[in-house]
Amino acid sequence: MTLTDLANPSRFLVLTARILPWLAALTALLLAIGLVQSALAPDDYQQGATVKIMFIHVPNAWLSMFVWGLMSVAALGTLVWRHPLADVAAKAAAPIGAAFTFLALVTGSLWGRPMWGTYWEWDARLTSVLILFLMYLGLIALWRAVDDPSRAARAAAILTLVGAINIPIIKFSVDWWNTLHQPASVLRIGGSSMDRAFLVPLLVMAVAFSLLFVTLHLAAMRNEILRRRVRTLQMLQASGRAA
Amino acid sequence: MALGPYASFIVMSYALVAAMVLILIGWIGFDYRRQKARLAELEASGVVRRSGRSVGDLG
Repeated sequence: MTLTDLANPSRFLVLTARILPWLAALTALLLAIGLVQSALAPDDYQQGATVKIMFIHVPNAWLSMFVWGLMSVAALGTLVWRHPLADVAAKAAAPIGAAFTFLALVTGSLWGRPMWGTYWEWDARLTSVLILFLMYLGLIALWRAVDDPSRAARAAAILTLVGAINIPIIKFSVDWWNTLHQPASVLRIGGSSMDRAFLVPLLVMAVAFSLLFVTLHLAAMRNEILRRRVRTLQMLQASGRAA
Repeated sequence: MALGPYASFIVMSYALVAAMVLILIGWIGFDYRRQKARLAELEASGVVRRSGRSVGDLG
């Protein structure tokens, strides 16, 4: 099967039907391993057991940015290459990305209260992630508000590309501005500054959550293709009645 | 496993993530069944795609 074959929604549906059960099983296995490792990880010398929140907060925060990045590539696919699955991919990813961003904000807030003494601080990192969450909601609203899928796809693609400016701002906000949020400790020049006891569970959870995203995204794309087929049939039915 | 004085923050974080993941899985699964049912209903009423493929071919 080539990439060109995947451009065909019917072949995509056949492929997803084959691989989704395997992906779901692998995701469940990795999540179970990650959760056990997170539970067994030692307490941090400063944070105590609250360091365990990191194992779910960081993967959600990474995915909140990654999903928008993926949607930006899909937006290019819609505007430049007019790939038949590009808008399907972006539209299916948005609610999942919004959920990951919401979880990053809430778990960060629950981690911040005992560590910083506050649930929320209007600093650059937290504010830019909140803006990302609002942009996800805006995009979802846009897709729902415009009836014509091709018009909605173009408008959403442009908004997604404009919103992509926020991703490097989120990533580098901790370097550019004074913030309560700690600077990068895993993805940084010079390698990770984190001890293996924390790094290994974190990376396992990151891979598990990434696989969870891939599984949910493929399933949501399958649903979106079916929804568009329902719409086409409904229009055929309506035009048949009119004739 | 002792979670210390901030156990409620840790437990609430994990519970929220678990709840959200379950909601996502449930929502996507429900949506799949709903779309398949709508497609089957339309086909049963005699509307077919130009390709002539039925809902059963869609995986």
